[in-house]
Amino acid sequence: MRASGPPRRIPRVSFDQWMLALHVLAAFSLVAGSTLFWVLVVAVRRIDTPDDTLRLGPVARVGNATIGIGMGGTIILGIYLAFAVDGYAIWDGWIIAAIVLWVVGAALGRQVDEAFRQGPRKALELKQAGENGPNAELLALNRTSRGVLLHALTSAVLLLILIDMIWKPGA
Amino acid sequence: MSVLATVRPDDWNFPLFVHVLGAMILVAGLVTGAAALFFARGDAKLLRLGFWSLMLVSFPGWVLMRLGAQWIYSKEGWDKVPDNLRPDWLGIGTVIADAGGLVLVITLIIGGIGVRRLEAGKSSALLKATLVLSVVLLAAYVVAVWAMAGKPG
Repeated sequence: MRASGPPRRIPRVSFDQWMLALHVLAAFSLVAGSTLFWVLVVAVRRIDTPDDTLRLGPVARVGNATIGIGMGGTIILGIYLAFAVDGYAIWDGWIIAAIVLWVVGAALGRQVDEAFRQGPRKALELKQAGENGPNAELLALNRTSRGVLLHALTSAVLLLILIDMIWKPGA
Repeated sequence: MSVLATVRPDDWNFPLFVHVLGAMILVAGLVTGAAALFFARGDAKLLRLGFWSLMLVSFPGWVLMRLGAQWIYSKEGWDKVPDNLRPDWLGIGTVIADAGGLVLVITLIIGGIGVRRLEAGKSSALLKATLVLSVVLLAAYVVAVWAMAGKPG
């Protein structure tokens, strides 16, 4: 029987509910970082000067931070939940699929990062050489079609993880 | 614990997917817009990028999130449940989604005027207000995501 007294104003949240909420927030962080890079991919396509290229650096670092938090949070908390929650097991097909997709996404993400770092690297070289005007090679590096393709593949993997998490095939 | 592992009826999955995807796009647009506006430090190109991120990413995300919310709300039958029996997480999510939508529209109007003023060579003060409002919205939506995922009460 409940003790008498004023009704509780703050709803109760268990430890595992907290972990689930943080796991979902990590997924939001991951998608936020990926979307931020889509915005930068579009923005950088018309940029051919070192200053304008380097000006996007701090915004890109926010994207890197949110992706880092998202990647770490989703896998660590996801594996914790697979062990902690009754009814789920780490060897469930949909959980294994999510882990495999996470690994594929991480590998693709590293290649996207490398492809889109070439533009800022070139911009820095040009700036150090005192060349601040428009540069065709810089524009070509900023428009990297390999980077766009890899980022599209990474986004498709994220979408598949979301579909897997909602439909939970085989659960 | 078993509540965490609940498997939904299949026909709830697509409306939930639309709702979650929309919410993710909404939050992503707010993060991108706030980051670009914060780091612009008066740079017109970054200020415009920040505003257009809010307009072309966050706003469509909000519409998708709200449509999905209403769809899953009726699928789960919450429209047939009396107000006093609805759980806290649903109330928190609904209030933040709707009030946040209104604040988002106000943010976009202020930002739109700010961009026009910027193009006319005037001050970027309104875009600073847009940044403050987008950070407030981001914080509110983090609370909403926490409530919808953790389901307090």
